[in-house]
Amino acid sequence: MKSTVAAIALAFSVFVGLPTTSSAGSEDIVVEDAWARASIGTNRPGAAYMTVRNTGPDPVTLVGLETPLAMMPDIHETTTDANGVSSMGPVGEITIPAGESVALEPGGMHAMLMRLQIKMVEGETFPLTLNFADGGTLTVDVPILGIAARGPER
Amino acid sequence: MRLSVFQKVLWGLVAIAIVGFVWLQVSTKGEQRTGEPAFRADFELTDHQGMVQTDEDFAGRWMLVFFGFANCPDVCPTTLAEVAAVMDALGSDATQVQPLFISIDPERDTPEQLAEFVPAFEANIIGLTGTPDQIKRTSESFRVYFEKIEEAASPDGYTMGHSSQLFLFDPQGGYVGAWTYGTPAEEIVADLKARMSL
Repeated sequence: MKSTVAAIALAFSVFVGLPTTSSAGSEDIVVEDAWARASIGTNRPGAAYMTVRNTGPDPVTLVGLETPLAMMPDIHETTTDANGVSSMGPVGEITIPAGESVALEPGGMHAMLMRLQIKMVEGETFPLTLNFADGGTLTVDVPILGIAARGPER
Repeated sequence: MRLSVFQKVLWGLVAIAIVGFVWLQVSTKGEQRTGEPAFRADFELTDHQGMVQTDEDFAGRWMLVFFGFANCPDVCPTTLAEVAAVMDALGSDATQVQPLFISIDPERDTPEQLAEFVPAFEANIIGLTGTPDQIKRTSESFRVYFEKIEEAASPDGYTMGHSSQLFLFDPQGGYVGAWTYGTPAEEIVADLKARMSL
């Protein structure tokens, strides 16, 4: 009985002590090739792209985004039907299976940066925080490329 | 040799198939011979500098036409970036090609809004917009589809769904063909150069 209490206390202390990581997998997330296009002013939404890779043994769920750049960042997806009609809508949560990756790329999913607070200037970077279902977070610096950029700089 | 009813029916079907095949071959060749395009570019809109432009203003040049909206953060800048790469790769041939970006969001896309957006791609793209009625007529003549989608999570509470192909018209305004969204610029350039040298 005592050992159970001790175990719970230990587990709790670990949880409280490490609020930005956890044992449920998000620490195994790696973000690669992040990039965004410069914006014109702040009254139109921006978009950011990246590859989110899960190097761990458990599935990890991405539940939201945060950035000082935009009041309403959200993951949206463009879909194109058989007639070539494209439309866009929010995706909700994204579960990345163990050992796999999810690409946020033009014409697919993107981090839609709505209600921009700051103009996205070519050559600058901005922090984008990914929030995961296990409470873990990961902040990446996203380089801003030119408005006519076609992909990440390598 | 006597054929059963079933065999007769089968041979009858074979005959119909042969006649149908020959007819298709002949009719396809007929289309090629006349060389008439499926339709011609037809519009009267206002460009991003506030000037009225019609299809006739672009006669003598190839037209690369894309439909979209300035608030579109993904498909539209991605395609215009590809168009910019195409224009760059065309080099001196670029003077024979006019890229056009036609708005299907006339509520938001005033000429002033387009003036902020299209020149940023530095590819001589002309942005065109108009009244909702002009845009509707343009979409009908180009046979493109667009719709307003109410979406609470989007800016102003809506987004647009729209045909996302890049259309090519010849110097007489005749429809040549379309590339589906996501076709790399290199492929478009190769295709375009081949058609321009015909």
